[in-house]
Amino acid sequence: MATNSHTEQPSGHKGAFPPFNPNTFGSQLFWLVIAFVVLYVLMAKVALPQIGAIIESRQKRIADDLAGAASLKTESDAAIAAYEKALADARARAQLIANETRDKQQAAAEARRKTLEGELNVKLAEAEKTIAATKQAAMANVRGIAADATKAIVERLIGKAPSDKAIDAAVGDALKS
Amino acid sequence: MATDPIHQFQIVNLFPVAKIGNTEIAFTNSAAYMAVAVAIILLLTIGGTARRSLIPGRLQSIAELSYEFVADTIRSTAGKEGMRFFPFVFTLFMFILVINLVGLIPYTFTVTTHIIVTATLALSVFATVLVYGFWRNGLHFFNLFVPKGIPIYILPLIVFIEVLSFISRPISHSVRLFANMLAGHITLKVFASFIVLLSGAGIFGIAGAALPLALVVALTALELLVAFLQAYVFAILTCIYLNDAIHPGH
Repeated sequence: MATNSHTEQPSGHKGAFPPFNPNTFGSQLFWLVIAFVVLYVLMAKVALPQIGAIIESRQKRIADDLAGAASLKTESDAAIAAYEKALADARARAQLIANETRDKQQAAAEARRKTLEGELNVKLAEAEKTIAATKQAAMANVRGIAADATKAIVERLIGKAPSDKAIDAAVGDALKS
Repeated sequence: MATDPIHQFQIVNLFPVAKIGNTEIAFTNSAAYMAVAVAIILLLTIGGTARRSLIPGRLQSIAELSYEFVADTIRSTAGKEGMRFFPFVFTLFMFILVINLVGLIPYTFTVTTHIIVTATLALSVFATVLVYGFWRNGLHFFNLFVPKGIPIYILPLIVFIEVLSFISRPISHSVRLFANMLAGHITLKVFASFIVLLSGAGIFGIAGAALPLALVVALTALELLVAFLQAYVFAILTCIYLNDAIHPGH
């Protein structure tokens, strides 16, 4: 195949199988090398570092987010623990205050009850004394009234007043029975 | 012309560029599709990720998926140290994948249906393995050809076989991709031309054309898979070969 086909016409030889036509090898090799080298350089220097950086940054972002979530979780766990502790403390203190208040109030009520009882006892005793005095006075009056009534009844019945001595004795007998 | 299944592989010189020695260098349809592939990959990987969103959009998702996919492939076959070849493997994978996929669009040209392209890519892998293997391991790189625990009397035979298989690697590496793409496109074209031929033959022909049409639809789906699979196979074989350069002991 020493004859070179001219460039104006298609380089296909009638009957030659194109993939095995060595006249086209030079051009194909030339452009293949250029295309491949250009592509290789652009891939190695631009495209692949760029894609690699994107994938890496995404993985880093995911890892960071996971780590952030984990740290937030421990923080919230600590907060929950602190909250529960504060709640328990407050409850215990409230219990304490309630107990103290109850005891104090109970003691105060007891004291008031005692003084009141004392006062009442004093009043009771006074009242009893008054009753006894009144009763005595009434009894004395009863004797006088009875004697007077007896004297008047007897005077009416027999027309003559009996002696005071006899009346007194009789009323005394009657009151005794 | 429309029914010639080979015509789609024709290299067309669009305009001449230079003349090196006896060889004419021209901007061809193949070169144009290489440029298209490069542009698509740049749009996807650089344009798609320019916003550096935390939550990726569609293009950025594709770029990130490709990145992770190739990175995982290298890590699982060549280990952590294989990652120094990540740009190389990624470029190979994306270049071949986009070329294969663009080639599936009707009326386009598939760059990887030319053996010179796949052979050059495979040889670049082969050269990388050789250079890095000797640079990293020195003469220990030859341990690759001497498996451990082999009786001494069959060792020469084993070494011979190992060397032979090592040397044939770039051939199988390149022919696998080339042949798959070539055969797929020829098959598609042949069945597609049946539709045209049959539908030209009257009412029964149109009814009969339904079968090759269904086949072409199914084949297109298959070729889509093959386009991805061959790019992946090329990349994973590259990783396995690079692994030999990194860890030559069997």
